[in-house]
This record gives sequence, structure tokens and C-alpha cells, in this order.
Amino acid sequence: MKSAVIVFPGSNCDRDAFEAIKLITGEAPAMVWHRETELPDGVDFILVPGGFSYGDYLRSGAIAGRSPIMREVVSAADKGVAVMGVCNGFQTLTETGLLPGALLRNANLHFVCKEQPLEIANSNTRFTSAYSGTRDTVIPVAHHDGNYFADEATLDRLEGEGCVVFRYQGNPNGSARDIAGVTNEAGNVMGLMPHPERAVDQTHGGTGGRAVFESLLGSV
Amino acid sequence: MTEYAPDITPEIVAEHGLTDEEYGIILDRMGRAPNLVELGIFSVMWSEHCSYKSSRIHLSKFPTKNDRVICGPGENAGVIDIGDGQAAIFKMESHNHPSYIEPYQGAATGVGGILRDVFTMGARPVALMNALRFGSSDHHKTRSLVSGVVAGIGGYGNCVGVPTVGGETNFDTGYDGNILVNAMCVGLADQDKIFYSAARGAGDPILYVGSKTGRDGIHGATMASAEFDDDSDEKRPTVQVGDPFTEKLLIEACLELMATDVIVAIQDMGAAGLTSSSVEMAGKGGVGIELNMDDVPQREDAMTAYEMMLSESQERMLVILKPGKEAEAKAIFEKWELDAEVIGHTTDTGRMVLKHHGETVCDIPLDPLSEDAPKYDRPHTPTPRGKVMDAGDAPEPADYGEALLKLVGSPDLASKRWIWEQYDRHVMADTVDSSQSGGDAAIVRVHGTDKALAITTDCTPRYCKADPYEGGKQAVAEAYRNLSAVGATPIAITDCLNFGNPERPEIMGQFVGCVEGMAEACKDLDFPVVSGNVSLYNETRGAGIPPTPAVGGVGLIGDVTKHAGIGNAKDGDTLLLVGETVGHLGQSQYMRILHGNTDGAPPPVDLSVERWLGTWVRKAIERGVATAVHDLSDGGLAIGAAEMALGAKLGLKLGASPKGAATHGWLFGEDQGRYLIAAQGEALKLLLEKAEEHSVPVLQIGTFGGQRFQMGELIDVSLEDLRKAHEDWLPGYMAAPTLQTEAA
Repeated sequence: MKSAVIVFPGSNCDRDAFEAIKLITGEAPAMVWHRETELPDGVDFILVPGGFSYGDYLRSGAIAGRSPIMREVVSAADKGVAVMGVCNGFQTLTETGLLPGALLRNANLHFVCKEQPLEIANSNTRFTSAYSGTRDTVIPVAHHDGNYFADEATLDRLEGEGCVVFRYQGNPNGSARDIAGVTNEAGNVMGLMPHPERAVDQTHGGTGGRAVFESLLGSV
Repeated sequence: MTEYAPDITPEIVAEHGLTDEEYGIILDRMGRAPNLVELGIFSVMWSEHCSYKSSRIHLSKFPTKNDRVICGPGENAGVIDIGDGQAAIFKMESHNHPSYIEPYQGAATGVGGILRDVFTMGARPVALMNALRFGSSDHHKTRSLVSGVVAGIGGYGNCVGVPTVGGETNFDTGYDGNILVNAMCVGLADQDKIFYSAARGAGDPILYVGSKTGRDGIHGATMASAEFDDDSDEKRPTVQVGDPFTEKLLIEACLELMATDVIVAIQDMGAAGLTSSSVEMAGKGGVGIELNMDDVPQREDAMTAYEMMLSESQERMLVILKPGKEAEAKAIFEKWELDAEVIGHTTDTGRMVLKHHGETVCDIPLDPLSEDAPKYDRPHTPTPRGKVMDAGDAPEPADYGEALLKLVGSPDLASKRWIWEQYDRHVMADTVDSSQSGGDAAIVRVHGTDKALAITTDCTPRYCKADPYEGGKQAVAEAYRNLSAVGATPIAITDCLNFGNPERPEIMGQFVGCVEGMAEACKDLDFPVVSGNVSLYNETRGAGIPPTPAVGGVGLIGDVTKHAGIGNAKDGDTLLLVGETVGHLGQSQYMRILHGNTDGAPPPVDLSVERWLGTWVRKAIERGVATAVHDLSDGGLAIGAAEMALGAKLGLKLGASPKGAATHGWLFGEDQGRYLIAAQGEALKLLLEKAEEHSVPVLQIGTFGGQRFQMGELIDVSLEDLRKAHEDWLPGYMAAPTLQTEAA
């Protein structure tokens, strides 16, 4: 599986994403700098990592969503390439319009970092198939702006179409309908606030995030 | 008659914090009266902060070497050998005064500064820690200070992407007017890629990189602005504003630069900014320096040379390059969209020459700035030693169960979840253990290896206040014990010595006592000091803070799968107490919290016992027979056992106290040199055998199981009640709607 990780100034989970992808797919991803205007040929999977792209100035993910490389990511997604945004990457994908909704400041206004229990709301996606038969998992969260918001009609549609893939058990940030991760209608773009790349080997204290990468590997 | 330059008055000299005698030395060394720029430079270089003039003669008592020390004090941070050609680089530093004035930015820039000290040397920062001391929880400012400091630490560390893995937080009325914010950073580097700050000769270009220079932080030096700035509306607060995004770019750009072969020396611009960085680099290399102030990237118009030299704008570095490498270096900073300008070069004159608008605005010999810096042996009066409190003279609690609940929910001992959940503890994906376990030390894997670093910060200020010497020993010994308790070999420490006004003999007595106690412990435990910082004048209205020599210890775990944790006890495990218990209640949390009594001597520390038991515990962990381990400190046996039970989510049945021991002394005494270990079956058998073989004092004192914490008829509380008492205090306190007043 050929992967790419986008690197913005201020990304800080890019190395963790690199290591997790390499560990699970056996192939190191290409690291693609934000100013690039082309993605590597034949890429199967693009990860937009967590961090504070461009310092999160203006609004989390707002500047990243308008960077040169994201135009290429959007066009790859339109062609069906798998795209996953984690944390700041999720915020960035909503800014590009690839995913609906927005991530607001956490309801209690504090940054939150914890081992987060999650319900697998849909294990029938490219990103979650390896969770099949599993109801829940634990993946750490670490964010200040993770409070998922969309209008009621959009939320109904997301739920109706199986686009809600992860839900919080014990909502840490005020997200609408406990949403932790969603896909687009086509099912090839996912955004999630928890960090699966931080839960892939035993020293992390849990491996709840492995199945995300295993699902992707199985889907190509 | 004393000589002054035309625009200088004796008042201006005094406002720069220079004594008549110090000014006399300047006149003598320069052969003429200094102008304002020169006076400013002498003033900051000879300030307490930069020159350590009150502390230097005592700091030399610290041992600074062992087999693993690569670089001790004197550089930006200490460097130790962690095997395989790798090094750990670390330091702890205070940012106390700014954090009290503006808690968010004060704490944030404290984190920024300590990160720079570490990556300046070529290390990628991999862990942050912090040691925080706030005033009494009843003080009207405490809640907002906690809120601001925690948000500031998180705001900076979370953004730069370095995990904040541990620390400590205390509350004491002695810090009501002076909180302490001590931040520690640990980084990793290859031993052949460590960078130092000494220049090497004449003709090397000097590159300024990072943020532009503004007028922020200038008065951090000493002087009121009116005398040297006609635009009085341009006054800036003395607290600098941090930008963690720029810092993140600076880290990546500097590490990229360090991977090339262009650097002669590199130094961050911390306190006293451009002045101290350029003076130190030139001074260490025995060369001169010439800077053109017109080329310094500036954020504001019409800055004077004085302002530029004294500004403490954040996120800036100074690099001495090999000649001809300017373009290569600048290209890297351009990629990261950071300013990078050549602002001067090294010379062979031994002088610092500054040019501005075509004129020489400063020309001073460099040697006196460092060599002739004042050094004082200030008078010091030892703290009178208190009597050892006999457990028989200390009151028993009316209800042991209630006493336990009150202690686990008291400000110092309550869970700090509200704080550490605001810190990203997992970024970089190498965190093995952090504050979230409530364990003795954080554990961070060395990226790409099976090794790990263990990191802890420790100090018990009330012990130091009662007996500086024993308290100093205890701070180092507890760091040693905390590292041992997770299975790490203690290697070296950094320290942050926070005290009151050194011009008062009793404060200086506290300082000298603590330093000497620490030095003895460092020597006996082979646990030297490799870096550190001194913060004096932590006083408000004549009242100094409790002496607080915070210790940051670093140890090495050879195989990360062989470590112990506080929460690993299993159902049916026997609880073992390792070490001797006398029942020392003087200065205990029990006496302080339950009886409001802060009398008596602190528990004595036997360093040979610490070393012996620490080594024994580490061996047991290494062999895999001890996986659930906790050191005993604040609150004694009862609190340590409760923390293990809470960590394991298991109840615990404690046996009766040994015959002849006072029960409250047994449960709540804070005797040093003790550990708890939980084990069963073969492991238990082996532990008991090995203990007997080495004459290690071990008692079987309880059994894990069920969901209640019990001790005979004396204590019977549900684990849930214990958990609530432990967890609910801080969130409840922080959420309280009304501010309490000082009088209330």
C-alpha cells in the first residue's frame, strides 16, 4: 500500500503517523510538504496528521485547508483515494469541505488528553472493517477543538447513511451525538479526533488504533 | 570622584542594580565611563540571574561528574551518556516572577525557554515536566493562577508537540505572593552531534535566527523605562509573549541545520537576550565580537541599540557559522519561513563592538563581563534544627478511615487529573508511563530502541524549611527512589533552586544548607548535578517562600519491557513493605493537614540505606519479580498503599501495625528509604528469599482483593469513596463559582 503523510508547518503528529503506517503496512509513507503541488504517483492512502498547522491561527485547520497541497488532496479524494484526517487533520478536512460539519472549542474550554473509550458505530467502512465483531475500543484523544458540530439535518443524514463511524463513550468535548469520527458519503474520506497512531504498539499502553490501519491495508 | 558619561546619572546606575563598588570596577576595566548601552550590558551580565553572584561559591560544592556525564553545568543543558552512542540532554529552569504577574504567558514562555536550552545543544526535545508551587487553596489568587499556569504550560507544550509527561503540584500559604513555575525538558541526541556555545576564532559570521526583536521584556533587566526612552507610551510589560508555533518551526529548522556541517556554535537567546548569548559565545571562545545593530531583524520602529541588546523577545537563536556557509544556512530558515540575518562576525580583539547607524555605540572588553562578575560570600545563618517528634506525643486521629479520606483528598495529595488532562502526554508516541498512572516517574521510550528514560521531579519544601540540610538530602534521595521504583538506574539530576532574598542571612542559611545537603546526597548516590538554575528574591513584603530546591532526576531503563508501575497489583497479591519504619510524624502531611502542626524535625535520610535499597529494588524489577512498586513519601504508608489500590482498581486489606508501633506513626509517618511492592506466587517467594539473603527489611503487610480498603477495625472504606475523595478535590476547587477572599 502506497501512503503519503502531509506535513504542514506546525504539524506534530506527522512522525507518529509515519511510524504507525510503516509498522502496520510494512511500507514507509512519503512525507509531502505543504508547498508541494503534486502528490506521489499512485498513492493509495493520504493521512492528514494532527498538530497545530500554521499555529492554528485564524481557526484550527483554516489555513491548512487552503494550502497548495490540499487542492491535490481534494482532487485525489474526488478520484476515490482513501484520505484520513486525524485531529488537526480532521479539522483541516472539514475546512476543505471534504467532510461536513466543524470542530468547535471543547465544551469545557479546556484542552483534553485522555485514553478515550469509543464505540465502533460502523465497522463496514474502508477505515474500520478490521474492527468487525468488536463493539468498542480505546484510543487516546488530545485536542482543544474537538467539539463536532453540524446542523440537525446533516447529523440525521450522517447517521442515516452510516457515516458516523466512531462515537465517544463518555463525551470529552461536547460533540453533537457523541461523534468522534465521520466519513464522507462515498466512504473514502474519514476524519476522527482520537489518535489511532498513538495506540498501535504495546508500549503505548493499548493497541486500539491498529485496526484503522489494518482496515486500510485490507481495502487496497 | 566617580566619573559618569554625559547622559548617565548615579540614579541611572543604581536603577541598573549596580552597586557603587561594581560601578567602580566597570570604570577601572573600561578606563572610561560607560555609556548607556555599555552600562545596560554590564548590568544584565552582572545581574543575579546571569552571574549567579550570590550562589556561585556554593554551587561549586555540587559533584558534577560520574561515568555517564558527558557535559556538566556551564552549557545550556547537561548531557549524559545513555549508551549506543546516544545522549540525553536536560535542564530545569524557573519562570516564577513572570508567572505570578501573567500566569498564562509566564508559564508558556518558561516552557519555551527550557525547550530552547535543550534543542540548542542538538537534541530533539522528547519530554517536558513541571514542578509547580501555588499559594494556599484558600488564597483569593490561587485558583486563577492555577488555571492560567496550567493553560500556559499546555498551550505551549501541546502546540510544539513535545509531551508533558509528569511533574508535581503543591499548595502552601508560603507561596501566596510568589508562586513557583519550574519547567524541565529532556531531549535526545547522538553523541557525535552535540552542539556547544563556544566560538572558536576570528572571522566567523554570526547568524541571528527566529522571531524579530521587539521591545518586550526589556525591563526584565532592571530599569524603569522613562529614563532611557522618550516614547513613554512605548512601555511594554516585562513579561514576554510566547509563540509556540514559531518555536516548533525553530526546533525543526535548527535540527535540520544541525544535520549539515555549517555550525561552529549555537546558543539560544534567553534571559538578557542578544547580550548574554553573544557575550557567552564570545567569552567561552576567547574571541571578540562585532555586531551591526542595523541588521538585527526588528519588530518595531526606531529601536535603540540598548533596547535591542536587552530585549527578551522569545523564540530567537544566535548561530556562529563556518565562513562561506551563510547561504546554505539561510536557505533552511527560508524553508521554515523564519528570519535569518547575518548580524556580525567574530573578531580577535577580545572586545564587544556594536555599530548602529554608522556609529560605534558600544566598545567594551569581554573578559571583565564574565571574569570580573561580582561573586559574593553572603553572610548566612543556619536554620535552628527542630526536635524530633515522638509519635507518642502526636495526637491520634479520632477516626482512621476519616483521616485517610481527608489526606487523600487534601490539596497536595489529591489527584492532579484536572491539570494533567490538559497536557498532551502522548504526542511523539513514545510515552510508556506518565502522570496518568500517578506513578513515581514518567517513562519515555528512546525512539526506535528498547531503552527508556525515566524522569521525575521532587522536593519537599516543608522539610527544607524545617531543616535545609536534611531537606536538601531528601529532595535528591526521593528523586533517586522514584527512579528506582520504576526500575530505572538513576544517572544525574538537574536542579532549580528557588529561595527568598539572599541578602538576608537566614535565607542565605537556607540556601547553603539545602545546597550542602543536596551535594552530600548527590555524592553518596553517585547522582551528580549536570545543569540547573537559581531563582532568588522570591519574596513578598519581606516574607520569603519556603526554601524549594526542586530536583529533576533522569534515569535509564535498559529494556523498556522491564519496568514497574504503581497500578500493577493483581488480585491476591501480597503487599510488601521494604525498609525500616520508625513512625516519624514531624513535618508529615498527617500533622500538617489533620492537626495544623508544622513542628519538629523532618524525617532523616540515611543515604547508604537509600542506595542499598534502591539497588535491591531495581534488581528485583530487572529480574521481573517486582512489577507493582511504589516509593513511600508524602502521607506515608497509608497514602502509598491507597494509591496502589486506586491504581490497580483493587481493594486492600492491611494487617495490624507491628507490636510496639504507634498506629498513626505506622500508617502516616514519613520515614524515608521505603518502598511498597505487590507480588504473589513464585515472585513473592523469590522476593522474600532475596530479601533474607541480603538482610533487606521486608514485612508482609496486606493483601489485594475486593473493593474495600481495610485495616482491622480501624479502617473500612469503599474503594469508590477513596477514589472520589482523591479525584474530586481539584475539579471541585477549580469549578467553585465564587472567589474566596484572603480574609475568609
